[in-house]
Order: sequence, then structure tokens, then C-alpha cells
Amino acid sequence: MSHAESLQRSDVIELNPMFLFRWEEAQNAYVLLYPEGLVKLNTSAGEILSAVAETAAVGDLLDRLTKTYNNEDIAEDVLAFLEASHERGWIRVKR
Amino acid sequence: MSAAGSESSVDHRDAGEVKVDGRGLPLWLLLELTYKCPLKCSWCNNPLDFDRYQDELTTAEWAGVLRQGRRLGSLQLGFSGGEPVLRRDLEELVGEANQLGYYTNLITSGMGLNPTRLAALQRAGLKQIQLSLQACDAELNNRLVGVDAYAQKIAAARAIKAQGFPMVLNIPVSRYNIDQTPELLALAEELGVEYVEFANLQYYNWALLNRSDLLPTREQIARAEAAVAEARARLGRRMTIYFVITDYYDTRPKACMKGWGNIHLTIGPDGAALPCQEARVIKGLEFPNVREHDLGWIWHESPVFKKFRGEEWMREPCRSCDERGHDYGGCRCQAFLLTGDAANTDPVCSRSPHHHIVEEAVMAAMVERPQQRLIMRQRGLNLA
Repeated sequence: MSHAESLQRSDVIELNPMFLFRWEEAQNAYVLLYPEGLVKLNTSAGEILSAVAETAAVGDLLDRLTKTYNNEDIAEDVLAFLEASHERGWIRVKR
Repeated sequence: MSAAGSESSVDHRDAGEVKVDGRGLPLWLLLELTYKCPLKCSWCNNPLDFDRYQDELTTAEWAGVLRQGRRLGSLQLGFSGGEPVLRRDLEELVGEANQLGYYTNLITSGMGLNPTRLAALQRAGLKQIQLSLQACDAELNNRLVGVDAYAQKIAAARAIKAQGFPMVLNIPVSRYNIDQTPELLALAEELGVEYVEFANLQYYNWALLNRSDLLPTREQIARAEAAVAEARARLGRRMTIYFVITDYYDTRPKACMKGWGNIHLTIGPDGAALPCQEARVIKGLEFPNVREHDLGWIWHESPVFKKFRGEEWMREPCRSCDERGHDYGGCRCQAFLLTGDAANTDPVCSRSPHHHIVEEAVMAAMVERPQQRLIMRQRGLNLA
């Protein structure tokens, strides 16, 4: 898989409006629904995408999550997950 | 987000995805709102006696199915047919489904799908549309569907994109249209669709009647696959292309419905609950009806849904096969249609003692023969 451009802290991101992201009680997990498919997310992925739904810029989102969990070290992992999500078309950069 | 805290990290290699095993839930719910359709496709997957099913569920009955389905854990919802757009309550049902939290898919021929109805469907919360197209020229397309449909389909495709829906262009593939693969890909690109699905026909019902005339040759499939590979390399993420080859050319069966009664539930126009759209071809099964039974009982308890669930029902060679967990023994309908017993191994499998039936069908389709006439979908077909 080719690599998408790296996300910048100033990039304003949003969930791809083609995807439906929400909590699904029966799966006890966040799910992403899209044309003819669905993905069940692990806890971390689900919480990061929840934050994407509420926060605009990548930098703000990283600050918010590191503060919430009081751990600077997660920023790198969160960014890597966001880039993977971008690559898969789950999130997109607003222009 | 405890997992991303001190001791662990987000696993970005799989992008946070965990396996959806369904947990025994009917994640996919398909509603065949009607068997009525303006098209006469010779590969239609509706029953040969489709015109017997006139007593369609009412709006209120379908709404009840939707509510029960969500309680059971259904997530992906397809509105299909026949042609679902023929139901005037489609918008109402989409609205109900959307409110309940389904991801709503419309599976349509495009006939009758005008901008007014598209706008209403969008207001109701419809998420995506799968539109069928049979060829990239009017002459062939119209010949294959038996009516003048091409212009309406292209207009529908443009209207769907103008309305902003994500769209799957579904091309039922036979020997008649497979050589148009490069042109169909170019047309899909021009229309701006996100997904193209080359759906090689599955041979049940009408398609089975016409099998020797519809089955493409191995050479045709190889050329089409090469065109698809070229387009994938060129288009990258702009368009996703699915190309599913006819299982007759495989040596292992498809993991049909990911197993009987595992994740998929179809409701027919008359309210019959089916483990797959084709299941009525298996004679001797009595399908429970949503007019008489609760969907939860149908899914979890009814004899039909338990009949081929899991592995207990399997015979040799499936029973001791190390691949049974991947393909679930293949397709029960195909096993019934080709061997006469739905509990047999799908004869597509080269380990099946009946595999010669599939090989003979391929051979029969390849021999030179006078031009056959396709049997188009029609009422009152008398096969006697």
C-alpha cells in the first residue's frame, strides 16, 4: 500500500462523511460502517476516532489526548493511527 | 483509551481493526421489498415463480422487521428486490431504518430513480446506492435486460453522483459483456463512482437455466482480470474495483454467506426469512415467516436456520477437511441444485465426489453450438 502524505499538526481533519462511525451496543465496540462493509474498532482506535469527531486540528487533538491520559508518549502512536486512518480513507483533511 | 496508555500502544499496522465475528448476530440484513421489476434479465436471482409472491409485506410489517433486526444486532441493511424503487414506501422505510441506526444501502437497477426520489431518499438518510449496469453501449445493455433501459440507467448514475451519494456500480458479468471490461472501467471513471463490482454470475434460478449461454470462457476471464489489474494500478485509491470470478472456475468453493445462519439474513417480499437470497431453491425446507414468528426466534431457534449452521451437518470430504473453517463447505443451494442434496460438499470443490458435474458444465459451455436463445425472466414460465 502506498503511503499517504504525512499529516501536519495544522491539518484540520474530519471523519469521511461516507462512513458512519458510532458505538454499537451489541458489539460492545465502536464500528465504522461504509458501502457494503463494516469495521469493528478496538478500544483505542474507537476513542481516537471519537476525538476526531469532536476536535478539528491534528495538533489540538494530540494535545487533548495526551492531556486526558496524562501521557506525552501516546502522541506518536495516535499520530500513526491517524495516518493509517487517512490512508484507508476513514478520515480526510479539510481544505 | 487505556490500551494506548502506559503499557501498550495503538496497533497502527491493522489500523485498530478487530475481527468482526458477528458473535452469532445477523450483521447483514437484506430486505427484498418486492420481486416486481421492469427488467427481464436472463440471470435474475429471483425465483422462477417470482410472480406467485404478490402478497408483499406492508409498510408497517417491514418497519417491524427493521426494529426487530436492530434489536438482534443487524448493522448493514440492504433494500433490494426485484426493483425496490417500485415500492412507494421506500423513502419511509429508509427513514425508519436510518433512525434505528442502520447503514442503509439501496440495490437498484436505476429504473424509476429520478432526481426527486433521490433527493427524498437522501433526506430520509440513505447512505449509499448500488446501481446495476450490464454494458457500456445501449444496444447490448438493452438486449441483455430485455427492455430499453440504458439511457435511464446512465441518467440515474449521473443523478446519484449529482446528489452526492457514494455509489457502487455493479456489473453482472457474463460472456456477453465481459469483453467490455476496459470500456466499463473507463465509463465508471467518467461517472465518478467510488466502487466498481464485476459480479460474475452465480448460477441459480434464471442464471442456471441459461448457464451454458452465460458462462464466460477462461480466456475471457483472464483478459478481464488483466484489464482490472491495469485499472487498479492507474486509479489507485480513487476507485475500488472488486472482481469476483465465477466459482465454476475455482477449485475451492466460496465461503457462501460466511456460513449458513452465521451473519446474513434475507427477508423475502412475502416475509419469508431466508439464510440467503437463493435459499428457496432448496426443496423440502419450510422457511419461517416474519408474519408468524419473532425475528429473534427465527434467527436463533428456527430449524431452518440451525440446519446448516456450524459444522455438525457436514459430511465427508468437508467433515475432516482442514479448510472447512474457511469456506464452510461452500454453498448449500449449489450443492442442492447440482447434486440433489444440500448437505453435500459444494461440487465446485475439487475434493467433492461430484466435482465432475461442474467440470462438465464448463465443458458444455465451451463447445461450439448454434446460437441459443436466452430465456428471459418472464411470468408463468412452463419448464415442463
